[in-house]
Amino acid sequence: MSPDNTQDPSGDAKLPAQPGQVESMGTRHGMFGVSGSGDTSGYGGLVKQTVFPGPSQRPYGGWYDEAADALESRLKATGLTTAVEKVVVDRGEITFHVRRDDLPFVVQMFRDDEALRFEMCLGVSGVHYPGDTGRELHAVYHLLSMSYNRRVRLEVSVPDADAHIPSIVSIYPTNDWHERETYDMFGIVFDGHPALTRILMPDDWPGHPQRKDYPLGGIPVEYKGGTVPPPDQRRSYS
Amino acid sequence: MAQDLYAGSNETTEGKVFTVTGQDWDSITEGLDDVAERVVVNMGPQHPSTHGVLRLILELEGETVTEARCGIGYLHTGIEKNMEYRSWVQGVTFCTRMDYLSPFYNEMTYVLGVEKLLGLGDGDGDDGVPEKAQVMRVLLMELNRISSHLVAIATGGMEIGALTVMTIGFRERELVLDLFELITGLRMNHAFIRPGGVAQDLPPGALDEIRGFVSLMRKRLPEYADLCNENPIFKGRLEGVGHLDLAGCLALGLTGPVLRSTGYPWDLRKTQPYCGYETYDFDVQTWDTSDSYGRFRVRLAEMWESLRIVEQAADRLAKLEGAPVMVADKKIAWPSQLAIGSDGLGNSLDHIRHIMGESMEALIHHFKLVTEGFRVPPGQAYVPVESPRGELGAHVVSDGGTRPFRAHFRDPSFTNLQATSVMSEGGMVADVIVAIASIDPVMGGVDR
Repeated sequence: MSPDNTQDPSGDAKLPAQPGQVESMGTRHGMFGVSGSGDTSGYGGLVKQTVFPGPSQRPYGGWYDEAADALESRLKATGLTTAVEKVVVDRGEITFHVRRDDLPFVVQMFRDDEALRFEMCLGVSGVHYPGDTGRELHAVYHLLSMSYNRRVRLEVSVPDADAHIPSIVSIYPTNDWHERETYDMFGIVFDGHPALTRILMPDDWPGHPQRKDYPLGGIPVEYKGGTVPPPDQRRSYS
Repeated sequence: MAQDLYAGSNETTEGKVFTVTGQDWDSITEGLDDVAERVVVNMGPQHPSTHGVLRLILELEGETVTEARCGIGYLHTGIEKNMEYRSWVQGVTFCTRMDYLSPFYNEMTYVLGVEKLLGLGDGDGDDGVPEKAQVMRVLLMELNRISSHLVAIATGGMEIGALTVMTIGFRERELVLDLFELITGLRMNHAFIRPGGVAQDLPPGALDEIRGFVSLMRKRLPEYADLCNENPIFKGRLEGVGHLDLAGCLALGLTGPVLRSTGYPWDLRKTQPYCGYETYDFDVQTWDTSDSYGRFRVRLAEMWESLRIVEQAADRLAKLEGAPVMVADKKIAWPSQLAIGSDGLGNSLDHIRHIMGESMEALIHHFKLVTEGFRVPPGQAYVPVESPRGELGAHVVSDGGTRPFRAHFRDPSFTNLQATSVMSEGGMVADVIVAIASIDPVMGGVDR
């Protein structure tokens, strides 16, 4: 656990630029948030793809390869070779995109395998990508190995229409409240959670506030029937 | 029994419901003859010893707690959602309000995430965060650790009746807040650490004030040790209470002083350093009792270590006079030049003169940054820091726009509070208070 065991070994992989497989998460239209406002600058007609870092090719660099090797050999031994959809190394952080059905198994391996030993889970964070059709809801897990002083990120994507992810509370009990929070905020149902109830919002609250399609409301003002539009419909730079 | 105007009458299948409002014990005990020993007590959300709006649902048998649960969310303000509709720089203003006892750490973890997404390097070169900004960040964070630990010890002492600990704790915290006011202009909710650096340079005379504070604290910190360390009542209330061993801490995700009280020296400042912590000389403090007393001793010892770091940071700042505190890239550096004029704090006249009279480019940068903000390349980052309560991390996601696509904070108070039931079940009611005080949860951070 010396400081020279660097957190970010991706620089070690002396590679030319990774083959550019792009990951589009949606399209951005215009520059000012709203359209049809009589904007004559031309910027309102901009169309831009939101491109996230694509999958990385081996070698990932340093301990990234060790961890990925350990994971791969264990997965091969159990016949679950499709559990990891892709691996993204970006900005010195490694992300394993895991198929949702295999999540508990993969997480258990990350915790128990001698070469991995990720003793601690830092909870789950939801992200809602309305533009990522068929995989709108992402659950992001950060794992920490204190033995090896390493961090990895696991990401599970599920469609909005079938927002179910197996719970990992039985593997990392700390995720109890974190999964409740993500359910509360995004509506992702963690199957197998001991008591999946709302945690921050009141019990009878309708909807899941952190979703991008959650209505934000506007404020009626007493001026000739005017209203202050909700923040996502205001004119703003986007 | 007092009539509760708000609750109305309650019919339950579980048993009789009493609403206690204070000084009405006699009228309650009359009706208790036919009630079983097992009672469910709601403590909070408004209770002086629940550290803010924390609701505890305790199932008691006599004075023994058989089940303890937390009800949270009373301070939920939607900070993460709000940040999605503000620019990247404005996000600092929101997240600083989460854990209001350690605002600089909230800002720091968010800003480190944004800087990682932007690709701003650490320290050297023209494209990185300047050294002076990093030193000022360390200085402010360590001062903040002192003020936060002081509140933890002060309120924890107050809750067990050690009122002198409370009064002297807040006395010293006031000195730290005075320093914050001098350096950032505000005592809390500073929004001082910005992507690319910090908002302002040190004001004149600040280093003398800091050195004066350090030497005063060196005299005053022993008072806490004298009052508490060997105090038989204090030890009687804290020792063996709220026990949680290393395995329990790892399973429940506990970090910070609770983890270090088990004897495991895990401190992100040492193990995964940021802001140049690897260049400072300090020790990770541990204790080996895994109980509330150990956590108190860890906090006390950490304040001494923070003083050491503050001193080293002050020495470095003395050599860095006039150095930049914001990244050189004018497309990111927020133009927050402020000055105190005859009518109070406002835009620096030098800055106004510069953008209005001297440099068209500076005016454009100012205008673009203030109205539109900067764009952050798409991706996600997670850079945790060691806050006074444990690992505080921000999962920051950008879609390439001028506003955070998502910012999620892994707050240590939120996670650590899960240990309430493990720490207090099977103990006495009075020990629940001690156990929670030893976790030191701040509800602003728990509920966000």
